[in-house]
Amino acid sequence: MPASNGRHQDWLPLLNMATTEVFELMLGSHLTAFTGEDAILDVTSMVGLAGALRGVMSVRCSDSAAALMASKMLGIPLEKGGPEIADAIGEVCNMIAGNFKNKISGLAEGCMLSTPTVITGRDYQMHALADPTLEIRLTFENLPLVVSLQIHS
Amino acid sequence: MSGIRALIVDDSSVMRKIVERSLRQAGIEISQVLEAGNGAEALTVLANGAVDLIMCDINMPVMDGLEFIKNLSGVANAKDVPVVMITTEGSEAHVVQALSLGARGYIRKPFTPEQVREQVIPVLAGK
Repeated sequence: MPASNGRHQDWLPLLNMATTEVFELMLGSHLTAFTGEDAILDVTSMVGLAGALRGVMSVRCSDSAAALMASKMLGIPLEKGGPEIADAIGEVCNMIAGNFKNKISGLAEGCMLSTPTVITGRDYQMHALADPTLEIRLTFENLPLVVSLQIHS
Repeated sequence: MSGIRALIVDDSSVMRKIVERSLRQAGIEISQVLEAGNGAEALTVLANGAVDLIMCDINMPVMDGLEFIKNLSGVANAKDVPVVMITTEGSEAHVVQALSLGARGYIRKPFTPEQVREQVIPVLAGK
């Protein structure tokens, strides 16, 4: 699918595919659609995109989900809040962003990724001058997970 | 194939552990794993000793993976050491650039242990 396609909603299946591939290959987890009520998601990982596509990819989840991701990636049990957890969810976001752009013609070579930033805590609001925002809501091991792509251009 | 010294270069410590585990799952016997968070740190590691294999990310702070490969030609301990890139950068342009700079293999994240085996075993065998 070309990057010049203005109907960014068409990218939702690719965002979903990019996400599910990362979780299946790197964590051995099968994601399903999330249909529950809004949950507290207090860990946010973000990767900036620049070049042919400008925006921000973000992954939001609970601290329990983030700890479980790190545990599955490393193959060892982990407590909440350890330094590996921010590293792991940052890398998950990085791989989703990279896998997503590699699926769109013209973005693989024309779009650059920033290193990940991870925010923990729930008492903040994020304001972005971005339109549109693509968002998918999924369940990871019965825990909610939200993946968003805010598109600046 | 037994007892290689592997240098894993990635700014994510979690990813370095995953790469190490994937190498072991690929059946590669590793006697020692050395780690670096970017290309500059990797050059310092190599200045202190030789390795048999380098697994290297591209997008890293301070010195990225492509710049790191460019600098390897001046490192005595890196002579003929195979470098396999392991990165989210998946374009053909990146692959061609990495291979033209001397990388022997290229793995896109996310990856499976099978992909690691397919890329790494041949370059170690051909060393």
